[in-house]
Amino acid sequence: MATFKDFRNQVKPNWCPGCGDFSVQAAIQRAAANVGLEPDDLAVVSGIGCSGRISGYINAYGFHGIHGRSLPIAQGVKMANRDLTVIASGGDGDGFAIGMGHTIHAMRRNIDITYIVMDNQIYGLTKGQTSPTSAEGFKTKSTPSGSIESSLSIMELALSSGCGFVAQSFSTDLKDLVALIEQGIEHKGFSLINVFSPCVTFNKINTYDWFKENLISLKDIENYDPTNRMVAMQTLMEHNGLVKGLIYHNPNKPSYQESVTGYSESPLSKQNLTISEEKFTEMMSEFM
Amino acid sequence: MIEQLSWKVGGQQGEGIDSTGEIFAIALNRMGYYLYGYRHFSSRIKGGHTNNKIRVSTKEVRAVSDDLDMLIAFDQETIDVNGHELHSDGIIIADAKFKPVKPEDCKATLVAVPFTEIATELGTSLMKNMVAIGATSAALGIDTETYKAVVDEIFGRKGEKVVNSNMEAIQRGADAFLETAGGNLKALSLKKADGKNRMFMIGNDAIALGAIAGGARLMAAYPITPASEIMEYLIKKLPDFGGTVIQTEDEIAAATMAIGSNYAGVRTLTASAGPGLSLMMESIGLSGITETPLVIIDTQRGGPSTGLPTKQEQSDLLAMIYGTHGEIPKIVIAPSTVEEAFYDSIEAFNLAEEYQCPVILLSDLQLSLGKQTVEPLDYEKIQIRRGKLSDQDIEKREDKSYFKRFEVTEDGVSTRVIPGTKNGIFHVTGVEHDETGKPSEVPQNRKDQMEKRLRKVSGLSFDTPVYKNDKHNEPDVLLVGFNSTRGSIEEVIPRLEADGYKVNHAQIRLVHPFPTDELKPMLDAAKKVVIVEHNATGQLASLVKMNAGYAEKIESLLKYDGNPFLPGDIHQQCKELLTHGNV
Repeated sequence: MATFKDFRNQVKPNWCPGCGDFSVQAAIQRAAANVGLEPDDLAVVSGIGCSGRISGYINAYGFHGIHGRSLPIAQGVKMANRDLTVIASGGDGDGFAIGMGHTIHAMRRNIDITYIVMDNQIYGLTKGQTSPTSAEGFKTKSTPSGSIESSLSIMELALSSGCGFVAQSFSTDLKDLVALIEQGIEHKGFSLINVFSPCVTFNKINTYDWFKENLISLKDIENYDPTNRMVAMQTLMEHNGLVKGLIYHNPNKPSYQESVTGYSESPLSKQNLTISEEKFTEMMSEFM
Repeated sequence: MIEQLSWKVGGQQGEGIDSTGEIFAIALNRMGYYLYGYRHFSSRIKGGHTNNKIRVSTKEVRAVSDDLDMLIAFDQETIDVNGHELHSDGIIIADAKFKPVKPEDCKATLVAVPFTEIATELGTSLMKNMVAIGATSAALGIDTETYKAVVDEIFGRKGEKVVNSNMEAIQRGADAFLETAGGNLKALSLKKADGKNRMFMIGNDAIALGAIAGGARLMAAYPITPASEIMEYLIKKLPDFGGTVIQTEDEIAAATMAIGSNYAGVRTLTASAGPGLSLMMESIGLSGITETPLVIIDTQRGGPSTGLPTKQEQSDLLAMIYGTHGEIPKIVIAPSTVEEAFYDSIEAFNLAEEYQCPVILLSDLQLSLGKQTVEPLDYEKIQIRRGKLSDQDIEKREDKSYFKRFEVTEDGVSTRVIPGTKNGIFHVTGVEHDETGKPSEVPQNRKDQMEKRLRKVSGLSFDTPVYKNDKHNEPDVLLVGFNSTRGSIEEVIPRLEADGYKVNHAQIRLVHPFPTDELKPMLDAAKKVVIVEHNATGQLASLVKMNAGYAEKIESLLKYDGNPFLPGDIHQQCKELLTHGNV
């Protein structure tokens, strides 16, 4: 059986020292081993940006795509081979700006993949511009007088988009993050895990200390029931989205693959591609 | 007796004009006639003039005819808009309800039949199209019982009563026509057909059927005219094969999802038209640099932007060849008949896997939507070729390092591993990468990988890159086209030959990589070359000049008003070019 070390490759990440993404990388490797995966059972699809490089830093089938499109690629992979575990990942710009359309529709569609976002509230690779999750008033190279656009409430948006597994975490909480990723992988349907992953170079506001001070753990809220969507929404609103833990889980919603008429129970990728003469003749006769 | 009939039905969109044409055409196809139907429609659901022009012949036909023998009119606008196409022996059969009048210069005979009145008497005015079909049949000498099977198929599930009243509507229409017109119009009696079973389908049907025969099991697509029929057919059929169609949020998702599932080992397509293809350009580059097979169908329509969404055009050609930033290997094929659309669709999937690159199957609105009689397709010709795909050996690999998925090889193609394979892990990235897929900016590596990718398609083998009719050694003119212009060009050849010109014809089937060697001798032999295409800037002519030269003898014959070339258009303009030189 594989251990987390088997999910390591020898590639040195080009992230800055202290970047939150290192912990996310480690958490994915541990969670994959903990749920019993072998490296070749896993596909990691990522977008563009600092965090998008993660598919190259995990020993698994990695696909580093184009900006904002990790989700459609990942959904295509899963539809082709339902036996593969598919993780999509990227940053807040990738998933919530250029790729937002896909994020909402992937949640609605509910193909069984896990989406892990490394949210640092800034564009790092392009050296410090505002992102959709930047707070109002946040000063960056592209918002020298402070951001005048609203910050996205991504967890609320996930709830309203029909996502059946909504979680948020903080990159230094390795143990909790690993557990959430495991649950996300095991959830039969689309799971979203937004991880606050501080950018130590360009974001001097949302720092490790800032998150430690401002994030509230759902474990500290008495009798919090993650299966109650209304409570989940209310809690998010009360705390301005700054909560961590499993926010909402609906284990009963059937996944896309379970709902598609005629969809092969064995991986489509292993099917024979030929068509019988009888079937072909039948299909032709329908045009006669 | 006539061997060929050109028939048109027109009225307001949403009034059953299409189904009138459809029922008439299916019945005639089953009698063994060859048909070619072209719909004139607008980008709206109800209202606006629409018509369906159907050519019926005892021989194969592949183009819209120049004139018209019979016009079925549900409103005066139909007569006003289309009356000029009728020749002097033609007939207009119009609904008496709107008190039809002939335009002054129209020499055709007008017969008013109370379509609506008869239909209403039988229960519902909706059946007026059946009355019209009956009147048509009487004019052509076709037995009304011919329609029984088609009517059964369409209305059978609504019960016997509905079937019977529709059949009665047809009979009453025939009777009413004969009563009004008498026996004076026998000139239009159609010669009997051979009664053989053939298919009646649009190009999009053939592409979709080809996709299944070619092993495609998934499709990701966003609806668009004139491509949607492909996804509509596949959503009905793919579940029989364990697959499905995913309707995505946009064309970017469609193309990237298709890349994801092709990467994971399933032949997957997407289909769209100009606006969708514009959105897919970045994905096409991703497929190119990651060497992931990808099949995209582009059903060209009028551009740019939303352009003429329901009209014929061939203006995506250069964008399909050169579109995406940077330089990638790409294959662009352009079937020119419905049969070719089927076989090329299969071949697109083979080429995409063999060359591990994007393959664009270029169609145009006329080919995609023109409905025509097609001879049965050949099962024996269906091939599945997957190229360099890893076998089980890789699982025995002792070396646990990343697999060299992008190994530099002589032909440029490297072995592809399907994710999930034991010991086959490699990385894929749209960033320039080394042989294992790890990002690399090393200049020599960049050079090696670029050259490896680009040389893949240099040795491309494609069955018929150019359709040739080169019967003359020294033709006065070589006509060149691509996609659906084939039918019209073929009809022009005997007319030009009757005028005394020797004519050869080349229809470009593989537009990229351009078949320069195949075409050059034909260009060389011709005194003049006329390149016929549906765009304003002569894109195919530019390609020919760029790849093969001969600019001094090349003339362009262009049409970009939204309507397909009629053989008469090409004939007349060609004659002018040949008589007067440059026009």
